[in-house]
Amino acid sequence: MSKRVVNILVPLISIVLGLIIGAIVMAVSGFNPMDGYIALWNGIFMDTYTMGETVRQITPYVFAGLAVAFAFRTGLFNIGVEGQLIMGWLAAAYVGQAFELPTFIHIPLALLAAAAAGALWAFIPGLLKARLQVHEVIVTIMMNYIALHVANALIEVISGGAERTPKIHESASLRSEFFESITDYSRMHWGFLIALLVVILMWFILEKTTRGYELKAVGFNQHASQYAGMNVKKNIVLSMIISGAFAGLGGAMEALGTFENMSKLHGFTGIGFDGIAVALLGANQPFGVLLGAILFGSLKNGGLNMPSEAGVPVEVVSIVIALVIFFVASGYIIRVALERFSKKKKEVK
Amino acid sequence: MSFLEVLYFIIPSAIFYAAPLIMTAIGGVFTERSGVVNIGLEGIMIIGAASSIIFNLTFADQFGNLTPWLGLLVGMVLGILLSSILAVAAVSLRADQTVSGVALNMLGLAVAVFTVKMLYDKGQTDSITERFSRFDIPILSDIPIIGKMLFVDVYATSILAIVIAFIAWFIIYKTPFGLRIRAVGEHPMAADTMGVNVTKMRYIAVMISGALGGIGGAIYAQAISGNYSATTISGQGFMAIAAMIFGKWHPLGALGAALFFGFAQALSVIGSSIPFIKDIPSVYLFILPYVLTILALAGFIGKANAPKASGVPYIKGKR
Repeated sequence: MSKRVVNILVPLISIVLGLIIGAIVMAVSGFNPMDGYIALWNGIFMDTYTMGETVRQITPYVFAGLAVAFAFRTGLFNIGVEGQLIMGWLAAAYVGQAFELPTFIHIPLALLAAAAAGALWAFIPGLLKARLQVHEVIVTIMMNYIALHVANALIEVISGGAERTPKIHESASLRSEFFESITDYSRMHWGFLIALLVVILMWFILEKTTRGYELKAVGFNQHASQYAGMNVKKNIVLSMIISGAFAGLGGAMEALGTFENMSKLHGFTGIGFDGIAVALLGANQPFGVLLGAILFGSLKNGGLNMPSEAGVPVEVVSIVIALVIFFVASGYIIRVALERFSKKKKEVK
Repeated sequence: MSFLEVLYFIIPSAIFYAAPLIMTAIGGVFTERSGVVNIGLEGIMIIGAASSIIFNLTFADQFGNLTPWLGLLVGMVLGILLSSILAVAAVSLRADQTVSGVALNMLGLAVAVFTVKMLYDKGQTDSITERFSRFDIPILSDIPIIGKMLFVDVYATSILAIVIAFIAWFIIYKTPFGLRIRAVGEHPMAADTMGVNVTKMRYIAVMISGALGGIGGAIYAQAISGNYSATTISGQGFMAIAAMIFGKWHPLGALGAALFFGFAQALSVIGSSIPFIKDIPSVYLFILPYVLTILALAGFIGKANAPKASGVPYIKGKR
């Protein structure tokens, strides 16, 4: 079996195993797994409204997945996507409500602010990693909590003590009457086009530019890159900044498209952590991430239909996603099994 | 309020908030010392908290006063079970330890909320009736000043946590078993050559962390929150990991750091009723532990070095 086939089979097998165990969990809890999964399917595809909502859910997942994947390619594990996304959300919501500008300036400005906020939040762990060799995992986790509390405090400042920021001006909104009319007033917005553009942008940076080549080289072998004359420290910081900017844009989707404001958060949105799953499933390739985001975004949105239609708690979907991560991460055992399997076949022949 | 009264007020609650952190942080010390990064402590605490509350609600009538203690055991057992998933993935299947830890957190939360919804048809359990209660320690509480600060209204769980920290220090630094754990975490190949079973040691260390993390969650649930919902444990596991790093991977350091973080948590909760502190916006108190951890890692508060092989799967025969 060629390496390419195995690389595609591992995530597929992981998804199937995750869904099977999800079915077992439902069966053990006294539900009919078929009913559960039919409800899940209906939650994704039932009518134009649910399909529009599914696309809306997929959009921030694309950004979160790209953010994790981009850092991964440079050998960095950015668990801080959640915090960077929160800061981006806040920045976009602020720019959206604070200024009144023509649309063609306002939207790019809000997006830029979100990307800058996310990049700033990722810059700190990147700098600490490059200069002081501090492990980025712990720092980014800490930055998540700092983001959560700081954002809540700033929302209070911006709104003058209220629970949410004022609604953004029409000129900064990504909502579209066209999508609303064809999807029965779902919250689907223009953001998914931006997401597709960013997927192509990441592919272009990594595959077609010298800088992208350097970033990947640092991810493969820092010492060899250093020896070849690349500036490893600069590339590490740059990778975190780009990753954070992607995450910040994901936050902008919530601010400018889905909610048009930002409410105080009682806990994490979870999008950033699911981004790890998305990136892992997509093998850190831009187009793989897109597929991963489509899968997990659909599962998340479809899961919302499970309690009402089949009485199954929505957490089943989270269990399935967590298991898929486990299986993909433990891909070693699946690879070994596949190898054994293909060897046996050859012997039979 | 005089300064002394403020201390009488805040020190007991600092210790009270620190107990779950101490437990979980000590668990973190064990796994990291053996070379396995356990980001999943948050998920383990969640399972410990949920299971102890469910047990407590179900069996409070049968066991009476004993229920919270049995609840700790239940949390411990389920913590071990959950952590063994991480052990299998990270030690045997060579999975990325951080990724599987993240998955463990998601799994822990999802399973806990799923179970609660199944049992009670709502996202939040009722409040438990049998909680850990406070008591005064005889004789010691009569000591002037210190007695009133440290030995009045004490929770038995706080004492347990502090005792466990000292036992952990003894085990890790004074016993052959502890030496092996440290060896496996610093240089697994050397340990393997000397006949130490690396896989076995790492499995044991991860399960100890699961046990302590589960107890930590159970303490939080049965002493502090009194019920379980999806937001009961939100960040305590990560704060415990922070305490472990701030304490430089040393059990007593982790104890000190956890006490300090407990102090910060107590301040953010009860600070509004204390003069001076109520003028500080609460956000500064909320983010204090996290900022301090980053500063500690950056070496501004003494250089902290992680065990050398931490986070690296051991593959026999690989250089």
